[in-house]
Amino acid sequence: MSLTPDDVKRIARLARIETSDAEAQATQAQLNSIFDLIATMQAVDTAGIAPMAHAQEVYQRLRDDAVTETDRHAAFQAIAPAVENGLYLVPKVIE
Amino acid sequence: MSSETSLSALAAQLAARQISSRELAQTYLDRIAALNPAINAFITVDPEKTLLEAAAADALIAAGLAGPLTGVPIAHKDIFCTDGWLTTCGSKMLHNFVAPYDAHVIQRFKAAGLPSLGKTNMDEFAMGSSNETSHFGAVKNPWNTAYVPGGSSGGAAACVAARMAPAATGTDTGGSIRQPAALCGITGLKPTYGLVSRYGMIAFASSLDQAGPMAPSAEDCALLLNVMTGFDPNDSTSLERDKEDYARDLDKPLTGLRVGLPKEFFAEGLNNEVAAAVDAAVAELKKLGATTVEISLANSKLAIPVYYVLAPAEASSNLSRFDGVRYGYRAPDYGSLDDMYCKTRAQGFGAEVKRRILIGAYVLSHGYYDAYYLQAQKIRRLIANDFSEAFKVCDVILGPTAPGTAFRLGEKSDDPVEMYLNDLYTIPANLAGLPGMSLPCGFDSQGLPIGLQLVGNYFSEAKMLNVAHQYQRATDWHARAPEGLK
Amino acid sequence: MMKWETVIGLEVHTQLATKSKIFSGSSTAFGAAPNTQASAVDIALPGVLPVLNKGAVECAIKFGLAIGANLNRINVFDRKNYFYPDLPKGYQISQLAKPIVEGGALTVAVDGVEKTIHLTRAHMEEDAGKSLHEDFHGMTGIDLNRAGTPLLEIVSEPEMRSSAEAVAYARALHTLVTWIGICDGNMQEGSFRVDANVSVRPVGQAEFGTRREIKNLNSFRFLQQAIDYEVRWQIETLEDGGRIEQATVLFDPDTGETRMMRSKEDAHDYRYFPDPDLLPVKLDEDWIEAVRAALPELPAAMQARFQRDYGVSPYDAAVLTGSRALADYFETAAQACGQGKLAANWVMGELAAALNKAELDISASPVSAAQLGALIARIQDGTLSGKLARQVFEGLWEGAGEVDAIIEARGLKQMSDSGELEKIIDEVLAANQKSVEEFRSGKEKAFNALVGQVMKASRGKANPAQVNELLKAKLQN
Repeated sequence: MSLTPDDVKRIARLARIETSDAEAQATQAQLNSIFDLIATMQAVDTAGIAPMAHAQEVYQRLRDDAVTETDRHAAFQAIAPAVENGLYLVPKVIE
Repeated sequence: MSSETSLSALAAQLAARQISSRELAQTYLDRIAALNPAINAFITVDPEKTLLEAAAADALIAAGLAGPLTGVPIAHKDIFCTDGWLTTCGSKMLHNFVAPYDAHVIQRFKAAGLPSLGKTNMDEFAMGSSNETSHFGAVKNPWNTAYVPGGSSGGAAACVAARMAPAATGTDTGGSIRQPAALCGITGLKPTYGLVSRYGMIAFASSLDQAGPMAPSAEDCALLLNVMTGFDPNDSTSLERDKEDYARDLDKPLTGLRVGLPKEFFAEGLNNEVAAAVDAAVAELKKLGATTVEISLANSKLAIPVYYVLAPAEASSNLSRFDGVRYGYRAPDYGSLDDMYCKTRAQGFGAEVKRRILIGAYVLSHGYYDAYYLQAQKIRRLIANDFSEAFKVCDVILGPTAPGTAFRLGEKSDDPVEMYLNDLYTIPANLAGLPGMSLPCGFDSQGLPIGLQLVGNYFSEAKMLNVAHQYQRATDWHARAPEGLK
Repeated sequence: MMKWETVIGLEVHTQLATKSKIFSGSSTAFGAAPNTQASAVDIALPGVLPVLNKGAVECAIKFGLAIGANLNRINVFDRKNYFYPDLPKGYQISQLAKPIVEGGALTVAVDGVEKTIHLTRAHMEEDAGKSLHEDFHGMTGIDLNRAGTPLLEIVSEPEMRSSAEAVAYARALHTLVTWIGICDGNMQEGSFRVDANVSVRPVGQAEFGTRREIKNLNSFRFLQQAIDYEVRWQIETLEDGGRIEQATVLFDPDTGETRMMRSKEDAHDYRYFPDPDLLPVKLDEDWIEAVRAALPELPAAMQARFQRDYGVSPYDAAVLTGSRALADYFETAAQACGQGKLAANWVMGELAAALNKAELDISASPVSAAQLGALIARIQDGTLSGKLARQVFEGLWEGAGEVDAIIEARGLKQMSDSGELEKIIDEVLAANQKSVEEFRSGKEKAFNALVGQVMKASRGKANPAQVNELLKAKLQN
C-alpha cells in the first residue's frame, strides 16, 4: 500500500499539524518507506490470537472516592501561555 | 572491579565523612562545566539547586538519618517532571516548561537524599536512537565526539561515560536505555514493565515506557534500582509487590546458569566485531560455570514493524495534550483556534516526532485499525509467547544490544528506517514487558564500545544483575572510561 | 397523504454523584471559582496518569442492576481522540467496545398505556470542561473544573415513537438515577443531559429513516419541543421532495427550532483505541452482590406495593413514586397514621400545593412526614375536622410546633363535651326561632341553616356529626 499526498494532508489535519503541500510531498516518501517496513507483519496468520494491550495480565486498581486534591491553579497558570480571571484563553470557539 | 567512583564507594566515603555531599556535587558540577560544552549531555544544570539539595543530604548524614545512597549526586533524564526545574523532554514544545510537580521517580530519589546534578539531553519525546532529534542539539559520544551516543537516553549515557555524573536515570520504550548504554560503554537496565512508576515521566508509548538506571556497573544499577522501584498508587500500571533488594544475589556464583542464545540475534545484519565480542563474553560466562542453549525467538523479526505501529499509535494520542493552551509553546501568530493548534504543533514538534504522530494517527484512523493496530497487538502476543517458551529452557537470554557500534553524527538521520533498525534486538523485551540490560563487553577497531544484552524473565532483575556483576568481576570493560576528556 | 412514523432513541449523560472525579482526587462540587478544582491530572500536565474512582464504578453497577442489564465482568476504557480546548488531553477516556453495562429495560406509561423501552448500553466516561464565550478581548475562556467529572452515558434502543414517549422514558430514567442515588438529577447544572436521535419513516416501512441528533437538551420541556419541531421539519422536508442528511443539530429554546451544528462530512475520526494507562476493569461477584443487597426498593416494585399495602390507585402510586424522597415521605406519613389513602390525599393535595407555591422540594418540606402522619391521625380519631386540620397544617408549615401543641395553643380541638355543645345548641335554637318553625313545618333546608349557626357559634370546633345528632334530637322533642 502507498500513501498519497492527500492521505498525508488528511492525517496531518486529524493530528492538527500544519503541513504545506511541499512538506506533504516530502513526508509522503518517508512514511511510505516506513509503511513498507510495517507491511511485513500483514502476512502473519494471527487467527485466534488475542490482542495484547498490556505487558502484565492484571486488572485495574480502584481508588477510594475521596477528595485529595487542593487548589493549585495559581501555580499551574503561572506557566500558561494566556490566562485571565483564572481562565485559560484561546481564540474564540465557534459552535 | 569496584572503582573509587562506584556508588558504593562514594556512599562509603560520605558515610565516613571523608567527603561531604556538597563537595562531591561540586566536583561533578566542575566536571560538567568543563566537559559539557563538548558533549552537550545536559539541557539544564542549576548548581545552586544542586548544592542546596546536597546540603540537605549532608544534614541527613549528620543527623544519622542517611540511607544507603544519601548524598550521592546523580543526573536525571529530562523526561522526568522535576518541581521547579525546566523539564523539556528535548522538545521546543516544552522549551519553557518549568514543571510544577515531581515525577514519582524524582520523589523517590529526593526522599533517599540523592541530589540532582541536572537534566540530561535526550531525543525529542524519547523518539530516536541517536540523540540527534533533540531541540537542544545532538549529544556527542564521549569516546569519539564525531559519533552519536545512541538514544533516546543519550545525554544520560554520555554523562555517565564521561564521568560527569556517577549515575543517571533513563527511560526505555524500545531500547532507549540499553542502546545508548551499549554505544557509550556503560551498564543500563530496563526493569520489568510496572516495577518503576511512570507517574511524572512524560509519556511516549504508555504500554512500553519504563524507567531504569544507567551507571558504569551492574552493582551501581542494583543500588539505584533499589531506590527507583516500588508501588505507586498514582500509576494504574504500577505493580503492588514486596520490596526487594536487587543487590542480594550479586555475589552468587554462576554455576549451572543456563544462558539462552537466540539464533535470530546472531543472524544476518550483525556487525562482525560485535558478534566476536559477544561470543567472547559467552566464553567468559562458560568459564564462570554457565552453560548455553540455542533458542528461537521466531517472531522477534516482526518486532520492528509491530513497534512502529503500536508506539506511534500511543504517542499520537499521548502528544495531543501539547496544544498550546495550558503550558508550553504556543505559536506567536495565529488566527482561529484551529490555526493556533496547527501552527503550535507544526512549530513546536520536530520532524521525527511529527512523523511518528502521523504514523500513529494513520494506523488508528477509520478503516485501518484492524489491519494495523489490532494485527500488531496480536503479533505482540506471539512475540511474548516466544519468550515464555524460551524461559522454559534457560534462565537468561543473551545477545548483542545493537547490531553495530556508534555511528557518525548525521550518518542515519535522513533515513528513518535505517535508524529504526538499530533497535532490532532491544524492542522485543519492551513488547513483552520483560527486563533487559546492556553491559559493556569490548571495543571495536575504532575504539568504540560494544554492548552485550541480557533479557530476563519477569521480575528476574536480581538474577540478571548477578550475571552481569559476575561478568564484570571477571572483566574490566565497564571500568574503562574515555581518555582525553579532562 | 402519506402517514409517517417517528423513531426516537435517547443518549443521556448523567453526572455521577461521586465526591471526587473519575480519574483524579479533585472535588466535583458545582460552582467553584474557575480552575480551582482542576488538578494536575485534570489539566493534563505532561506525565500525569489516571487512576479509576471506585465510587464511579459502583454507580454504574447500581444502574446496571436497577435496569436488569448485563454487567460486563471485564470492561475496558478506550481513548476517543479529538481536539477541543475543553478537552485537555486531546482525548476523552470513555468505553467503546466493552462498556460496563449492556442491555436492560425501563417500563414507562404514556396515557395509561405501559411500554417497555430497551437499553443498548451504558458506559463510564469523563466529562469535558466548559468554554465561556463572554468576551475576553475576542478570546474564549476555558474552565476545567468540570473536566473529569464522572459520567454514565445511557443509550436507549430507537424504540420510542413520539415525543411523549421520549419524555416519559427520560423522566423515568431521571427518577431512577436519582432514586438509586447515582445522580443528583439537577438539569440546570447539567447533571442530566439528553441527546435525541430522531428520524421519520413511512408507516409500514421496515428500515429506519436517516437520523439527526439533537444535542444537549437540559429540560423535559425542551426535549418535547425539540423533537416535535424536528419531526415536523423532517416530514415537511421529505414531503417537499427533499432528503434528510445525517447531522448533529442544536435546539434553540428562543425560536423553538433546531439548527445544524455539523454535517456527517465534518464527523470526527475519533481513532478509538484501548487506553494503555488503564487496565481492564474487573467486577467481582462479591462486589456486585453487595451492591445489589444495598440497592433500595425500586420505583416499579414500590408502586405495586403501595397499591397492595395502602390501597392507593395505580395513578396515585405512580405519582407517589415520582421520587424516592416523595415515596419515603408518603410511606412514613402513611405508617404514622395507618391511613394510606388519606395520607396519599394529603401528600398529593394540601402538601403538594403548599410546596409548589413555596417552590420547595419535598426534601425541604417544613412539615415532616411524621408531623403529617400525626395530623392525619387526629382527623381519624375525630379530634380534628378537615377544616381544622388545614389550620393545624398551616401551623405546622409555619413551624409553630407539633400537632397536639398547635391544637392546644390555638384551641382547635373539636368539641367533644356534649354538655357544652348542648348549651350552644340551646342558645342557637332560642335565637333562631324562625328557622326552628320552618323546619318543623317541613322545610329541610332550615336544618342545614341551624347546623351552620351552631358550627359558627362553636367557632368550627364542634364535631359536625355530633351537632347533627344533638340538633335532630332537640328539634324532635
